Amino acid sequence: MIQIENLSKTFTLHNQGSADIPVLTGASFSVAPGECVALTGPSGAGKSTLMRLIYGNYLAASGHIRIGHVDVAQAEPRQIIALRRETLGYVSQFLRVVPRVPTREVVAEPLLALGTPREEAIARADALLARLNLPERLWSLSPTTFSGGEQQRVNIARGFVHPYPALLLDEPTASLDAGNREVVLSLVEEAKARGAAIIGIFHDEAARDRLCDRQVDVGVFTPPRAA
Amino acid sequence: MTTQTAEATQSAYNFAYLDEQTKRMIRRAILKGLAVPGYQVPFASREMPMPYGWGTGGVQVSAATLTPEDCFKVIDQGADDTTNAVSIRKFFERTAQVETTTHTAEATVIQTRHRIPEEPLREDQVLVYQVPIPEPLRFLEPSEVETRKMHALEEYGLMHVKLYEDIARHGAISTAYAYPVKVEGRYVMDPSPIPKFDNPKLEMAAIQLFGAGREQRIYALPPYTQVVSLDFEDHPFDPSKAEHPCDLCGAEDSYLDEVITDDAGSRMFVCSDTDYCLARRDAGHEGAQGARG
Amino acid sequence: MSGKVFAEFSQDFSKNLGGTPQPLLQVEGLSKFYGARRGCADVSFDLWPGEVMGIVGESGSGKTTLLNCLAGHLAPDTGRVLFDTRANGMQDTVTMSEPERRMLGRTDWAFVHQHASDGLRMNVSAGGNVGERLMAVGARNYGDIRERAIDWLGRVEIAAERIDDRPTAFSGGMRQRLQIARNLVTGPRLVFMDEPTGGLDVSVQARLLDLLRGLVREMGLSAIIVTHDLAVVRLLADRLMVMKDGQVVETGLTDQVLDDPQHGYTQLLVSSVLQV
Repeated sequence: MIQIENLSKTFTLHNQGSADIPVLTGASFSVAPGECVALTGPSGAGKSTLMRLIYGNYLAASGHIRIGHVDVAQAEPRQIIALRRETLGYVSQFLRVVPRVPTREVVAEPLLALGTPREEAIARADALLARLNLPERLWSLSPTTFSGGEQQRVNIARGFVHPYPALLLDEPTASLDAGNREVVLSLVEEAKARGAAIIGIFHDEAARDRLCDRQVDVGVFTPPRAA
Repeated sequence: MTTQTAEATQSAYNFAYLDEQTKRMIRRAILKGLAVPGYQVPFASREMPMPYGWGTGGVQVSAATLTPEDCFKVIDQGADDTTNAVSIRKFFERTAQVETTTHTAEATVIQTRHRIPEEPLREDQVLVYQVPIPEPLRFLEPSEVETRKMHALEEYGLMHVKLYEDIARHGAISTAYAYPVKVEGRYVMDPSPIPKFDNPKLEMAAIQLFGAGREQRIYALPPYTQVVSLDFEDHPFDPSKAEHPCDLCGAEDSYLDEVITDDAGSRMFVCSDTDYCLARRDAGHEGAQGARG
Repeated sequence: MSGKVFAEFSQDFSKNLGGTPQPLLQVEGLSKFYGARRGCADVSFDLWPGEVMGIVGESGSGKTTLLNCLAGHLAPDTGRVLFDTRANGMQDTVTMSEPERRMLGRTDWAFVHQHASDGLRMNVSAGGNVGERLMAVGARNYGDIRERAIDWLGRVEIAAERIDDRPTAFSGGMRQRLQIARNLVTGPRLVFMDEPTGGLDVSVQARLLDLLRGLVREMGLSAIIVTHDLAVVRLLADRLMVMKDGQVVETGLTDQVLDDPQHGYTQLLVSSVLQV
């Protein structure tokens, strides 16, 4: 489902003497449907960079990122948008939404974008928010003022409301209490069971061990630091 | 003034005041207007010996239309005896020495301000309108460049916006005069500030010429041209008038003026077309206040 | 204009929602010079149905010139602007006749001005403003026009009882929403927006952005948004085009261009934004 082939990434800072900073080189691995792969390595190894490359948020310098039939490294913006809408979900650590939009709308949006009837989309959003124990009185409020844990759960609900065939999870259990952590873990397990290919970053080792079939050490892809 | 000096004054004017070149120029504009019904033809309006707003456009069109054999009639809001009508009639009596009349049927050229005579006009007659603002779209679109483009491209949605606004504000189309019309399915035209009661009469046997002096535009309706008043399906055009017969001649089919007769607020309704009213009374018709009137 | 034309494109509206396999707009080598000064030069891109593209750059970068060339308000010196018309497929809007171009301007295209007073008739009621485009394409039933105006005022969150008020009595945010209703009532397929949130309070901006996002999604609109506000494009645009001195220096997926800018100018632009 997800195939990374000889992927590399370099940042060029044009306004700081055109410094080239290579951050990733020769990354190759793949994830099959129903498989969960953890990215590991020390901080700064490039785990988040790799995730962002796969999502198309960063532009690859060379190599291929094949998700289904699309090579994210070379695709047109509209192909990536279609991919994100239909195939590739992403639970990031940060919530970025239009201010004043109610939480249930934020969560239902991926479904609305797919053309799901409004009532059904909202019902599914509500069900997921309830399962994640977000108090119902918050559903009609904008999540911008929520606590970190509440925002995290909104993010998770948004990422799981549509059954994406491929999922990227960036610390999905961070800042959650035991009960909600358990809900998230079972959501991930259910996604695996329905055949989603999942790539995740987990600092939560217990979660990683429970969910992941394999680990990929990103440190291997870190280029030697040039002086 | 002796007869001799009066004649000297009269012969000092070219026929109908304007010089022949100017009349030719105006006739060309008239012919173009007749060829493209409803289209506003620009023309080089001359300074006339009267202020703008007193019918300088109509006077120039009349001057270019009159021949020595014509019989001329002038009405102002239907009346032959108001200052404006009398002045213009005298102007042409003096500068063109044409015969004048107050009888609609006798006239060959009729200059009018804000009315169409009640008596149907014939093919051998010409009706000349005085027009203050020829552009029907001006109310909503101040740019002349833009309105000309709108006419050229038949973009007339704006005209219905004006009628929409009327209904939104008053519950009905409240435009009671200068009611916009569409000519032969093409140009939207301002029929000059005639009451909308007169709009159906715009489809007539006579030639109709419209002159706007200050705005320097001439437009025209050839005989029997199709003229449709704009409206909405659910708010159709209604050429209504006061629900009252004429208090002098008893006519129920003519456009009426409301006249306040004393300080106590007494009022009477009389035909705005004075010639029509007189003719009816001469024929023995009498209204409610006919004896006193 | 007949009622038939109106009915035809009302029906056609439903077709917008199913994507077509070709771009809605294809721009090829578009340039506009003001004497020796470059307005915009050699701009090319495709816009697909349902896509929202942002054009960013600082004042004088040529983004507004480009928008006006695309929308037919300015005649470019060179280049083609091909639009997928309903009747005849791809047509060059630069060379098509003015009546055809103006017809597009009040049916398939919409233009939202930065200053609502440029896009509204300030001496006409809100209902008249919304109804004008309907009447321009042949609507002649007062009751229907009014019903659709009320529906659209509701969609842009303006109370129905304000329908007979003039925009002069509206706040800046309301005027901008009214302008949007007036533009979208005929179901256009392509919307041009010039700094749509410029000059509005931040809280009003957010409401407007949310509204625009919803409408773009529900109507399957394609849009080109010119702005210098990177937050606006992050929330509204799928794709971004960065302009400098009349030339396109970078294009790509919006979040990619903002988070991983490749060109020096874009990097400068992104790093110059104050973080809140």
